[in-house]
Amino acid sequence: MKKLVAPFEKAELKTLNAGDFVLISGKILTGRDAAHKRMVEGLKDGRLPFDVNGQTIFYVGPCFKDGKITACGPTTSMRMNAYAPTLFDSGVVATIGKGNVGSEVYDSIKKNGCVYFAAIGGAGATYGKAVKSFETVAYEDLGTEAVYSFEVQDFPAIVAIDARGNSIFEK
Amino acid sequence: MSKVYFEDVVNSVENLVHACSSLTPSCEAALNRARKDEKNENAEFALDVILENNALAKRDDVPVCQDTGMAVFFVEYGQNVNFVGGDFEDAINEGVRRGYKQYGYRASVLDPITRKNTGDNTPAVVHAKIVSGDDVKISFMAKGFGSENMSKLFMLTPSQGLDGVKRAVVEAVKQAEANPCPPIVVGVGIGGTAEKAMQLAKEQLLREVGEPSKDKVLADLEKDLLAEINALEIGAQGFGGNNTALAVHVAKYPTHISALPVAVNIQCHAVRCSSVLVEGRQ
Repeated sequence: MKKLVAPFEKAELKTLNAGDFVLISGKILTGRDAAHKRMVEGLKDGRLPFDVNGQTIFYVGPCFKDGKITACGPTTSMRMNAYAPTLFDSGVVATIGKGNVGSEVYDSIKKNGCVYFAAIGGAGATYGKAVKSFETVAYEDLGTEAVYSFEVQDFPAIVAIDARGNSIFEK
Repeated sequence: MSKVYFEDVVNSVENLVHACSSLTPSCEAALNRARKDEKNENAEFALDVILENNALAKRDDVPVCQDTGMAVFFVEYGQNVNFVGGDFEDAINEGVRRGYKQYGYRASVLDPITRKNTGDNTPAVVHAKIVSGDDVKISFMAKGFGSENMSKLFMLTPSQGLDGVKRAVVEAVKQAEANPCPPIVVGVGIGGTAEKAMQLAKEQLLREVGEPSKDKVLADLEKDLLAEINALEIGAQGFGGNNTALAVHVAKYPTHISALPVAVNIQCHAVRCSSVLVEGRQ
């Protein structure tokens, strides 16, 4: 298992290969369907309330109890196909989700030298335990769909698509 | 006449939804069998994380998956029961409201047009059947939507026959790829009308994972379909290997002379179900 610390440098991401098992620590942002819609609108009209440059986005809508995150596994990445290329073009360096992504996202990953990590869908408790702290970054009104910043430790994932566009999903 | 009270149903449902914090024993057993047979390194990694996750969820009493689903209920309502104290579906929804809040489960339900979240995971989806008897049986399923989004309905023509049924089911699983969080359980409803087939397919997901149909023809069909689906090599989480599905559960209902409806409803690897008999009071 390779140990990685976010935020990532693109040079470091280039050393990863599809199929590498990794443990991610450090700071990542979250966002899923509703937040992505707003992020892309925000990028268009210049009103994005935070900087996505150099960031990693984890597709998730967590469960909370008593102010803590209890479960936060990845959601289906395919649904972010419409937004991911815009975000990679705007400086996002990596995404974390589950399942494969569309061909437009492969193209954008290659063009921008980014990486897509697959986390294990359904392993909510495991990922909840990997979150050491969190804060709300934007769109608080969206509740579970808001953008949070997570401080994670030893978050297990696999390099699903590397910076050259090689994928664990292609047969 | 027997009586069932509003609060009895609320309390029962509040307890039922706690199923979100562990896999059913038959699901866990099927996952353990899958892990033992697995030879693909990436899929082994996925299955290890999944099994470890279930142990952690049970130990810490936290949700197995953050998608604690839309709450789906199958109710068998005894026709001699006089329901006292309010509307039956209100009681189900109140139980969902209290349970999801108490256990910190996610509020995932919203208006489909405005996308405004209802904030308490209500309303639930309730399928009720009136049966003979003095009691009310309530079965709960936490239905995540990574898998629900992969549902398919095929209105085949009678000429397509059993081969057509098989092709449709395998095609639905193939198109779903990694999205429904394999290894999956595949619910199949054959016959009836469009919505009857779909409901049958969903209801099969309540069965113990791998429990064969009592109908010999359907049991054979389940076995054939499982073999064909696992030959697709989508594998756990889409990482490859031969554990695409843990089980296929098929049921049928008579249909129209012009029709052969086939519905496919997929359950992710996290089967979270429970049921209770609310006994009527004399």
